[in-house]
Amino acid sequence: MKARIKFQKYGALRFIGHLDVMRYFQKVMRRAEIPIAFTGGYSPHMIMSFASPLGIGLTSEGEYFDIELTEPIASKEAVRRMNAVGVEGIHVTSFRQISEEKKATGMAIVAAADYLVGTRKGVFPQNLEELVEQFIKQAEITVLKQTKRSEKLVDIRSMIYQMEVRESYTSLQDSGANQIFMELAAGSVENLKPDLVMSAFCKFAGLPEDSITCTYHRLEMYADTGTENTRKLVPLESLGNDII
Amino acid sequence: MRKLALNDEILLKIEKPARYIGNEVNSVMKDPEKVDIRFAMCFPDVYEIGMSHLGIQILYDMFNRREDVWCERVYSPWIDLDKIMREEQIPLFALESQDAVKEFDFLGITIQFEMCYTNILQVLELSQIPLHSTERTEDHPIVIGGGPCTYNPEPLAEFFDLFYIGEGETVYDELLDLYKTCKAQGMSRRKFLEFAAGIEGIYVPQFYEPEYNEDGTMKAFHRINEHAPEKIKKQIVMDVTNATYPMRPVVPFIKATQDRVVLEIQRGCIRGCRFCQAGMLYRPTRERNVETLKEYALAMLENTGHEEISLSSLSSSDYSQLEELVNFLIEEFPGKGINISLPSLRIDAFSLDVMGKVQDIRKSSLTFAPEAGSQRMRNVINKGLTEDDIISGAGQAFEGGWTKVKLYFMLGLPTETEEDMKEIARLSDRVARRYYEIPKEERHGKCQITASSSFFVPKPFTPFQWAPMCTAEEYVERAYIVKHEFQEQLNRKSLKYNWHEADLTVLEGVFARGDRKCAKVLEEAYRLGCLYDSWTETFDNSRWIQAFENTGISPDFYNLRKRTMDELFPWDFIDMGVSRKFLEREWSRAMNGEVTPNCRSNCSGCGAAQFGGGVCYEGKN
Repeated sequence: MKARIKFQKYGALRFIGHLDVMRYFQKVMRRAEIPIAFTGGYSPHMIMSFASPLGIGLTSEGEYFDIELTEPIASKEAVRRMNAVGVEGIHVTSFRQISEEKKATGMAIVAAADYLVGTRKGVFPQNLEELVEQFIKQAEITVLKQTKRSEKLVDIRSMIYQMEVRESYTSLQDSGANQIFMELAAGSVENLKPDLVMSAFCKFAGLPEDSITCTYHRLEMYADTGTENTRKLVPLESLGNDII
Repeated sequence: MRKLALNDEILLKIEKPARYIGNEVNSVMKDPEKVDIRFAMCFPDVYEIGMSHLGIQILYDMFNRREDVWCERVYSPWIDLDKIMREEQIPLFALESQDAVKEFDFLGITIQFEMCYTNILQVLELSQIPLHSTERTEDHPIVIGGGPCTYNPEPLAEFFDLFYIGEGETVYDELLDLYKTCKAQGMSRRKFLEFAAGIEGIYVPQFYEPEYNEDGTMKAFHRINEHAPEKIKKQIVMDVTNATYPMRPVVPFIKATQDRVVLEIQRGCIRGCRFCQAGMLYRPTRERNVETLKEYALAMLENTGHEEISLSSLSSSDYSQLEELVNFLIEEFPGKGINISLPSLRIDAFSLDVMGKVQDIRKSSLTFAPEAGSQRMRNVINKGLTEDDIISGAGQAFEGGWTKVKLYFMLGLPTETEEDMKEIARLSDRVARRYYEIPKEERHGKCQITASSSFFVPKPFTPFQWAPMCTAEEYVERAYIVKHEFQEQLNRKSLKYNWHEADLTVLEGVFARGDRKCAKVLEEAYRLGCLYDSWTETFDNSRWIQAFENTGISPDFYNLRKRTMDELFPWDFIDMGVSRKFLEREWSRAMNGEVTPNCRSNCSGCGAAQFGGGVCYEGKN
């Protein structure tokens, strides 16, 4: 039996890296006595797979990982137990049973993620709305993408699914009111990080480097249930059902 | 939401920001308004090292059980943050509240090894607390030191207000109660220190003054305050089973060096190796009740979620209920992915059987610590291990499937000859030969014997406290003699040899047996930029050499001089339970190569029986 867990990451915990979040949840599983399954062999480990890792410094209310259970546990009870042994800054919001299909888990199905971008230092220009509109209207947005071995020019326009100014505010992120919302390609096929979009945007808008420092907040992660030609994004959470 | 002492710009710029944010599972939060005493407990090294230390976890738990105390943790900022804090004048803060340490009532520093001394000065300076106790005012925290290095606190004497000599579980409550009373009555810092001097085990260095002979040795140690006792009596917990133990140790987010539950099964060691300070300091050996340990193991695994438990002691094989405890742990957690780690085990049939059950034989290596290559040398150091023990232990291990063996040795031991040095290589070769005695079709390829040697540093309160050391050059020469001998061996392709840094050894020697004059060198070295001296990437010996030159202090005085039997040592004002007479006797037995039996087979009258318990009274009721 497989389950998908959704959690928030905020406050001081935004400085904990992805590998440490995994270690954290392994220990949570033991403390909360979640009936998680182990691999066999000489050094058994928990069957646990995380969706797209979140960089250090980012906050989120849409983090996911999938686990294998040895026996059912009620969703409500599992969430309660995990939060009871957790720390401030990581909060489990749902625990749902998902399909047994192998390709339905973890990283494999992530297709997109939503972000809110605010400022920590400096402010966005007055005509932000207009600038974002013009930015997204471009047919091509070329950026220099650095990988471990090389750097190359990439057109990121097709990986930006949505981008607009929102006045929304989330309590998990201390940031000014005017924020940029963006929906970006995520996952193993195509992956675009919001800071790369912002550096392209700042260049486009003629904002000098270092004049603003952004904060990034992940809102949600999606799977694509559409066809090859039409995207149909659904939150990862919606692919599961509460265990009663 | 909790506020952090460092802003996002800084936290995103430095290595491993998780070192500085606190908030870990089981860390203790309290309302500062509702406590009387705020205690900052510091391990003067980087977070991952400091978080691995059991002693702090014990005291943290013990202090926080008191409603009137909030104990928080402090570690040395790594060099990247150190630089930023100096530039931006950010005061050092405690992890839990993120409040500045300078606002606390106490700053407690555990002193585990000599090479952290510059980090102690760093912690004081970054906290914006004056380095010297005499410069501190009513506004500054009381700076108290504890831990093994405080058995010779003299090189650090001027930087501390108090030292706690001995095991922390005994008189801290008394000290905290006293502080509370003094604070409530508005008493001065000095008055508090005078009262504190009256508590057994508490040493107030500024109430004493050493007098030196012309040759630099100690002439006398004077009390200059009437409240100061002549002798400071080491503190020791006799009922270790019922002593406080942290059931909910703090669980770090980042991987600490010790990322597991640590279960201290006993304190002390019956063996009496003559080089070993811990073996003398923690006498008599005291065992924890096995039923209590089982309960602790379950509770601690449950409360931390750790996947590994380690049994801790100086010599686990000497714990009388080891078999029962280990079997319990093996049976209790099948298939749950709980690992059991058993350091400091003697290699014998039982331990090999246990290790075969708890670890992957092909991947793991076995460790032997013969400490010396020749039997003569092993008798001098009283390492109760014969060559036959080593070869037959290794043989059993090889037959059980192990192919990797680590051997630990010391170089520069008292009376060491070239022959003794060469025996390190020869013994290693004999271990390898034992492996190749196994028929080819039954063994798994080549064996890998890794021998490492460290250079011996004589420590206070050991039978070797009189021993002269060598110069750094001579240590390296000795290591080369061993290295060349390794190249002469039949199985040299299966043997590997490493040795430790010699320059560090020299410094360790100075501070281990140093006096108050050494404080100048320490401060000068720190001013010249020395920090994190135990880290190879930051250690800079040239600065230390400069510091010795600038202060006119010679390391040779502390290391190379031959001490007479009746020399007054800087640490002689401490009554550590084991008598100086016993140490003298052991020193002369060492010179004659005589072995002294372990505490269980025969009492040698060391003096620790005065504490009225432990191994001294086993089976005697």
